[in-house]
Amino acid sequence: MALTGLFLCFFLIIHLLGNLQLLLPKEEAQLQYNLYSHFLSGNILIKIVSYVLYASILLHTIDAIYLSTKAKKASGETYVKDKRNRASKWYSRQMMLLGTIVFAFLVIHFKDFWYPYKFGSIETDINGNKDLYSLVVVSFQELWYVILYAVAILALGFHLLHGFFSAFRSVGLYHPYYTKIVKTIGIGFAVLMTFGYLIIPFYIFLKL
Amino acid sequence: MKIYLKIWRQKNKDTKGQLEDHTLDNVSAEMSFLEMLDMLNLKLAKSGERPVEFDHDCREGICGQCGVMINGIAHGPLKNTTTCQLHMRSFKDGDTIYIEPFKAKAFPVIRDLKVDRTGFDDIIAAGGYVSVNTGQAPEANSIPVTHNEAEAAFDSAACIGCGACVATCKNASAALFTSAKISQFTHLPQGKKESAKRTVDMVNRMEELDFGHCTNTEACQIECPQDISVLNIAKMNFEYNKAKLKK
Repeated sequence: MALTGLFLCFFLIIHLLGNLQLLLPKEEAQLQYNLYSHFLSGNILIKIVSYVLYASILLHTIDAIYLSTKAKKASGETYVKDKRNRASKWYSRQMMLLGTIVFAFLVIHFKDFWYPYKFGSIETDINGNKDLYSLVVVSFQELWYVILYAVAILALGFHLLHGFFSAFRSVGLYHPYYTKIVKTIGIGFAVLMTFGYLIIPFYIFLKL
Repeated sequence: MKIYLKIWRQKNKDTKGQLEDHTLDNVSAEMSFLEMLDMLNLKLAKSGERPVEFDHDCREGICGQCGVMINGIAHGPLKNTTTCQLHMRSFKDGDTIYIEPFKAKAFPVIRDLKVDRTGFDDIIAAGGYVSVNTGQAPEANSIPVTHNEAEAAFDSAACIGCGACVATCKNASAALFTSAKISQFTHLPQGKKESAKRTVDMVNRMEELDFGHCTNTEACQIECPQDISVLNIAKMNFEYNKAKLKK
């Protein structure tokens, strides 16, 4: 769980950096983004990493289902009066729910962009690269689609807020000083990823 | 004070339990929580009813025997306090108090508020000891232990094994208990030798029993009467991963 989670965190950074190119001025962004997408789909190293990514998503999901089932079985009968919530953050208890939202979002995300780019027929730009840029921009003209993204990214943000430091604990980081640092980095990382990924749909919706 | 109780009654493992209403008059604020239960039991015994069964031993907060859910919180509303060290001054006249046993599949109810915590003994039996013949007490300075290490070992050893961590955890995980029992040895030279085997054996035993998996919500430390640090769990994970990689 921790290892796949940390790999997915690493992927989030790279994915965000690449997609921030969408915020460039329109003409520049279109050609550059399409060229970037073409480069990614042709590179053998990226291909290997992408298979690791698919495997990580699947393993992370399977492990989550296993742990939730085990927890449900272990919990036994419920308390009539239950005030245990005072001892922990809501998002640390709702990782499965947040993860399910993110997973559902991923299905939509893959269907709308990954599948058409890989297997569909989309138009090309003047350089002859597949015009993924226009596909993205057109999608984000719909308000409901932008809201869907916002909900999913907020869920991801809270998922990271707990998941990042939790992953380090699971691999065994126990030093009091460094665990504090990792917790702070985790908060920064979650905030940065949330805002970074939120800017893109809102910027395109409002400006383009 | 007048106190209204909603208290869990269950005949045995196989029957279903439910809350039963009782009212106590003249409860003194100086009474401990268990003395209040004694008062209830006296009343029940006098009227020919079956007294409420609950675990207790030292009543000094160090044995780990007592432990119930009080108003939905393990050991009640105070921080770092066992049930026996909770006093009725924490409640007001006319309060309703819900009292339930610790609930987890690994802690089946024996009767009323008494639960079977044999699972903890099983985990200890899997490796929570030093397997050398120590003989007589050695000369105190013959094995040097730094002050910080001794303190860290003692902090872990402060776990009284009450089970509040399991009762509080949304996954019913025994990670805090197991990790404290592993860490108390890992810090010391006598315990270090068998550290890898002990960690693997105890973690594996914990996994085999009906406990859930730790997801680092950290609720266990908040409700632990001894404030056992969740970093013990991280240390256990470190020792476990190290042992597995070395294999």
